Parts: sequence; C-alpha cells; structure tokens
Amino acid sequence: MYTQALDSADTAAPQGDADEGGRRERFQGRIDRDEKIEPKDWMPQEYRQTLIRQIAQHAHSEIVGMLPEGNWITRAPSLRRKVVLIAKVQDEGGHGMYLYSAAETLGVSRGALIEQLLAGRAKYSSIFNYPTLTWADIGAIGWLVDGAAIMNQIPLCRCSYGPYARAMVRICKEESFHQRQGYELMLTLARGSAAQRAMAQDALNRWWWPSLMMFGPSDAHSVHTAQSLRWKIKRFSNDELRQKFIDVTVPQAQYLGLTVPDPELRWDEPAQHYRAGPIAWSEFHAVLKGDGPCNRERLAARRAAHEAGRWVREAAAAYADKHGADAVAAPSG
Amino acid sequence: MSSAIAAEYPAATAEERCEYTLRLADTSLVAGQRLAEWLGHGPALEEDLALGNIALDLIGQARLLLALAGRVEGRGRDEDALAFWRDAAQFRNVSLAEQPNGDFGRTIVRQCLLDAWQLETYESLAGSTDVELAGIAAKAAKECRYHWRYSAGWLVRLGDGTEESHRRVSEAMQDLWRFTDELLAPDALDARMAECGIAPPAAAIRERWEQRVAGALQAAKLPWPAHQHYPWHGKRGVHTEALGHLLATLQQLPRAYPGVSW
Repeated sequence: MYTQALDSADTAAPQGDADEGGRRERFQGRIDRDEKIEPKDWMPQEYRQTLIRQIAQHAHSEIVGMLPEGNWITRAPSLRRKVVLIAKVQDEGGHGMYLYSAAETLGVSRGALIEQLLAGRAKYSSIFNYPTLTWADIGAIGWLVDGAAIMNQIPLCRCSYGPYARAMVRICKEESFHQRQGYELMLTLARGSAAQRAMAQDALNRWWWPSLMMFGPSDAHSVHTAQSLRWKIKRFSNDELRQKFIDVTVPQAQYLGLTVPDPELRWDEPAQHYRAGPIAWSEFHAVLKGDGPCNRERLAARRAAHEAGRWVREAAAAYADKHGADAVAAPSG
Repeated sequence: MSSAIAAEYPAATAEERCEYTLRLADTSLVAGQRLAEWLGHGPALEEDLALGNIALDLIGQARLLLALAGRVEGRGRDEDALAFWRDAAQFRNVSLAEQPNGDFGRTIVRQCLLDAWQLETYESLAGSTDVELAGIAAKAAKECRYHWRYSAGWLVRLGDGTEESHRRVSEAMQDLWRFTDELLAPDALDARMAECGIAPPAAAIRERWEQRVAGALQAAKLPWPAHQHYPWHGKRGVHTEALGHLLATLQQLPRAYPGVSW
C-alpha cells in the first residue's frame, strides 16, 4: 500500500521505565475498547514512531503521486478530462497536506519529513515509480491504484489514532470519486476505437502487477503486521486486502472486456475467490530499494521543485519578518 | 448597459461577436494551460494547490466562452473542436497569456498583469448587452478577484522580500511589460464591441488597469516600467513562438486519433 515499506523495515527496540508496564497495559486497554488515541494522550514510543512513519509514507506517496498523473495534464484529450485531472492531482496535494498535518500532531514537522524524502531516507509507495506512458494510464491509475488505495484506507478510517482516522475519512471519499472517474475513463476507451481498446489493455498489462504489489509483502514476510493489528493501526493483513482487491477488480476488468495479464488467474469455486498467480517479489524489492523504472526521476523532480522554490520561500519568510507574519501582502481590490 | 437601452446600440454581427468571445476564451485557455504546468512542481504545496485552483477557474471560463463562441458562430463547433482543432494563427488570445512560466516570479508577474486586465474586463462585461457573455463574465469576475489577490499578494512579497526575489521579479516585469500594450490598446474590433455596447470602452479599462497595477508595483517596491513599443497582435492571430509549442502539447492526442471520443 502507500505505506508498504513499513512491512519490510525494522524499528528501534522499545525503551521502558518503571511505570511503562502499567501505562502500556492501560493504553492497550483503550485500544481494545476501540477508544481513539489523541495527540496529547500517552502512547508507547513505538506506537508513535510507527504512526509517524506510516503517515509520512502515506503523505509522501500523495505528493510523489502527483507526478505520474501530472505528466498528462497538459495533454489531456478534452477540456473536461483536463479539469478532472487537474482537480484530481490537486486533491492528492490536499491529501498530502492533511497527512503532514496529522503527522505533525505526533511531534514531527512537515519540513523535517520533506527533508527525509528528498534525502532519500523516507519511503513512498512503489507504485509511483512506474511511468505513465499513454493517456490510458491515467484511467488505469484511477481504477487500479486508487482502487487498491481505497481497500487499504477504508479500514484506516477506524485506525486507533484519531487525527489519522479523521484525515482518512475525507481522503477516502475523494479517492472513491477518483476511482470511479478512472473506471469511467477506462470504459470510454474500452468502448472506443480499436486503438483506444489496445491502449486500455496495454495500461492494464503494465499496472496490474504493480497494483497487487501495493499491498506490500505477503503476510509470511511482513514483519510488522501483527503489532500493527494489535494497535489497530492496521485492521487487515496485506494478503487479506490483496485478495479483496483481486476479487473486486477481476469482474470489473471482465466488464471492460479487458484481459487480466495473469495466465494462472482462476476462480476458486469452493472458496469463492479468484486465485492469482505468483507475484514477482524481486521486482517489488528492486523498486522499493530505488531501482524501479522512475525512482530517480520522481525524486529528482521533487528535489528540483524544492530547490527552485527555495528563493520563493525565503522571500515569503523575509517579507513576514519585515511586516509581521499576519501581514496581508495583497494591495486593495 | 442595461437591456432597456440595448436598442440604442448598433447590433454586432455574429462574426464579430464570435471573434471577440474567442479573444476572451483563448486567453483563459492558454493561461490555464500554462498554470497547469506547475502542478507538482511549485515552491510549496500550498502554491501547487493555489495555481491548480486558478488553472481550473481559467479553463472553466474557457469552456463556457468557447461553447458560446461556437453557438454564435453556428457551424456546430463545440468547446473541444475549438480548443483542439484550430491552429495557432486561429487562436485569439493576447500574447501575454502564452508566455512561458519561467521561474515562479515570472509566472507571478505574468499572472498579475493578466489578472488585473481580466478582472477589469470581466467586471465591465458583466453589464454587457450580450446577456450570455454578461452571465459568464459575472462568474469569471468573482474568480478573477481571487486570482488578482493571489498574484498581487505574491508580487508584493517577492518584490519586498529578499534581494534575490526583488531582482527576479524586477527582471520579469521589465521583460513582460512589452506585452501589456496589447491588453490596453483597442483595435478595430475592440472599438466596434464598445460601440455595440458589448464590451467596455478601452480607455476605461486602461485607466482602471493602470491604477490597480500601479498600486501593486508600489507595494512591491518596483518601478513603473518604461513604455516599450512593439505592436503584438495575438488577439488577431499573430503570436509569439511560444504558442505553437503550447498547442502542440495541448492538441497532440485528439489529433493523433481523430474522430474518437475520450
């Protein structure tokens, strides 16, 4: 998912003091009673750190995710599609903002998190390291990538940490709107000319497997799932969510008249599930490590924007110093 | 220019109305396309969102105006036919709108000069004898008020920020000022539209534009630039080199796959 790297990294050992045991027990009790944990409440250090990393990865994913779709804004094939795409990319920037704000409630600044991203020390979803080569990729991202994101994020609306859960409620509403827009775009192509259908099929071919990888490593190899489930940061395992996504998405592909690029895909009648073939985990780990098709370009674009904007941010700060932070710079009118 | 006295004005031909509407439509479309290039690359997240908002407003205005121009023209062309299937020489935007973004300061200078003109123009057009145009203009004027607050606000912060920011916007202002005369100097069509009660008289727009821009320049500690003579004629279809590249990107997909819907 947007936070898939959590499952393959390790955390520092917990630190304890005399009261730690009792506090931890009371904390877990609150979680077990489905109470929300709020910023000023006591929380174990590892809970705080796990959340910071998860929310930051999610925020970074939104920001980096603006790039592959932004790649087609100037080339959208109708004015309606153009405004829909601009609004979507803008929503992603907005999601990044709420999420950075949610992370700030845990005591880390947006600036510090962005520095980590630009330094290559923070992760973001592997999916945004794939290129958008045709217009159909914009449909495929909405349909598959946002579809996969929703599978993961709906349960996060019930996450034990209040500010994150509340941010997710709004984000999920917008994501599901994006998912429908993406599917509608795919449907238009699938019902269009032969060239448009080929474009749609090609996009599905390229985005299917990376979308399944968004859910992170299989449960057998996921190191943090159990603890995150106990803390109700996570509600379902990676494999459960991946299966849910496959079950929902395969019939959607059939409705489009497109072929899921998995020769081993079959319907398991007794279990009432679609069974997918094996995922190429070596590709997943390569992308996560920085060796995906666009890792370098994505980070370079973020760094270039940050560097090119430095003088602007400095000017805004200098102006605020001269005139007071609340000074309204606009002249009349 | 209420409808009660509309009868006192001579009637513009459909061709004149279409041509004038395209000037407004294409200016919004081209400026919106330029601003949309910023998404994901702005100096801060807030600026990405703000520039995206303004791009959305401008392209929204363009859609309404292009549809109107198509109806007035009466040849069955809709917003997309007009946006994607005309060549540069058929575009009627003012030359300022098509100028490349450059750095954030240059974009702000371009927008500031353009926003002031669009704001004054749309506010006046809200009282046009062309009721359809008046309706679109009333909505656009509200949007342009926000655009102006944003761009003028940044002009002031950059002009009165650091030495570097002052130098950058100052250079951009010196460079882009040469395109402002086209906004303000009426040609035969502008004069005809004013005569027909459709558009405001150019002199009134010039006066209000100059007053507005002078206020922003003063607050930004920038001098009023020297007058630069070169008659740009974007609104008559004679553009700078920049427009061809912008349109090559904008129009590529529908032209590569003609006759399909998207």
